[in-house]
Amino acid sequence: MSFEEIKELLTTKFGTEIIIREESTGLQNALIIQPDKIAEVCLELRDNPNTYFDLLECLSGVDYGIEENMFGVVYHLASISYKKQLTLKVIKYHDRSRESLPSFPSVVSVWRTAEWHEREAFDLLGIHFENHPDLRRVLLPDDWEGYPLRKDYKAQEYYKGIKV
Amino acid sequence: MKTYATRYERLIAEAETHEMIINIGPQHPSTHGVLRLEVITDGEIVKEVIPHMGYLHRCFEKHAENLTYQQTIPFADRMDYLASMNNSHTWVMGVEKMLGIDKDIPKRIEYIRVLVCELNRIGSHLIALGTYGIDIGAFTPFLWCFRDREHIMNMLEWVSGSRLLYNYIWVGGLYYDLPVGFEERCKEFIDYFKPKMAELNTLLTDNQIFISRTANVGILPLDVAISYGCSGPMLRGSGLKWDLRRVDGYSVYPELEFDIPVGKGEMGTTGDCWDRFKVRIDEIQQSVLIVEQCLERLQKDLKRTPDFDPRAKLPKKIIPKAQDFYFRAESPRGELGYYFITDGKSEIPKRVKARAPSFNNLSVISEISRGILIADLIAIIGSIDIVLGELDR
Repeated sequence: MSFEEIKELLTTKFGTEIIIREESTGLQNALIIQPDKIAEVCLELRDNPNTYFDLLECLSGVDYGIEENMFGVVYHLASISYKKQLTLKVIKYHDRSRESLPSFPSVVSVWRTAEWHEREAFDLLGIHFENHPDLRRVLLPDDWEGYPLRKDYKAQEYYKGIKV
Repeated sequence: MKTYATRYERLIAEAETHEMIINIGPQHPSTHGVLRLEVITDGEIVKEVIPHMGYLHRCFEKHAENLTYQQTIPFADRMDYLASMNNSHTWVMGVEKMLGIDKDIPKRIEYIRVLVCELNRIGSHLIALGTYGIDIGAFTPFLWCFRDREHIMNMLEWVSGSRLLYNYIWVGGLYYDLPVGFEERCKEFIDYFKPKMAELNTLLTDNQIFISRTANVGILPLDVAISYGCSGPMLRGSGLKWDLRRVDGYSVYPELEFDIPVGKGEMGTTGDCWDRFKVRIDEIQQSVLIVEQCLERLQKDLKRTPDFDPRAKLPKKIIPKAQDFYFRAESPRGELGYYFITDGKSEIPKRVKARAPSFNNLSVISEISRGILIADLIAIIGSIDIVLGELDR
């Protein structure tokens, strides 16, 4: 299935508002999906016999900068049977307040790959994933303060008495 | 019923009184680095394995967001330190694709890149095989593998100046051309190495004790492997012909002849530890074929000329236009990917994410090691062939 056909498949199944916009600036096109629906969209793309995106290659959390205050998650899917790749994105505004984290639905129920990748996004960027079975830090110590890959991150001065 | 915030909390809280929680690692040779496995055991039976990573976290992604593309190459080398060439090759190809100069790279440079990558792949697989032997009690193959790898290390040192972390492949070219006489010495090594592989097979691969320890152990069904994003020998061991060198056909791989070995369950079930081991053995043989083909081209129609300068095409400033780009390639451990976000104005990427094959390959361990013996757990860790430098980044 071509990129246009996948777009059509999603809009007929979920309605036109499912795709917020399309990005085609670079070599790889991307679809920006409505954040609340991402898990359903992923499940459809995985199970539809015309797409079979059975491999989640990479899941990356992104902080789009201090001025915009946008957070996103990027999904790189691959289909083994059709040898195709597809990029999906979800983007949300968040004011960086300390009380809450930007939150997206988890896709662990679709691909188990997402489990550790979402933990990593939570660990390094402070993105929360709803319904994630095991959302803990993965690379940093459990009691680390802050999220290092955020653009406004400042490292703590001391960690357990050791200068950072 | 009490609810827990995470599965980890539940597993620890609900462990029964006759069960014991054992930590294997982080300082234990069988964990292949600083990996800590928290194992809930009932006698000698493993009930649950909880891996803890991050002891070797060196902030690769943070570094990459603060350095130019050329300056990040040494950091990319340090991710998978057993296959540095493959790491920097992937990084460099990704950047070249973004700049649109990937078609202008001279053929000789491409062939040299593939040559050193495949040599590095052989070295990396030799470590995987040797240490796997020692994990389950065979000491001699470990020494043999390291002896043969030493020749590769010496050759790559001759090429790049360092033994492990090369910084040899640059965006748009190479650090230097191959030293004079390299092709001949590499040919000598291949002639020496081929019978050694046959020797290793008789000593380890077909050894009855080794087969008893690895066949039918740690069976990874194909659907589980795909769902967990396993790649490389892990995925091929489960029987799927999926090699990005063929699927994507990057660099000069479409011009080279080689097979993709897959696990067939010869000694037990498809996807067991022995299959994964065998895939690596076969891959070494295929890499040897690739090296031979590269050497032939490099000695004939792509012969060195006095005016050949591998730095001639180096871009002065690397500023890709604003885009998102994900590039994947086959490292010895599987699919290595880099995801770049660039803004089109600066020489520094806005965001870089590295998709490390070991990270995904290890995540399957708790799934395939429920209800097995602790001794088999060691066999499974070894067969996954993790490199913690890449896992923790």
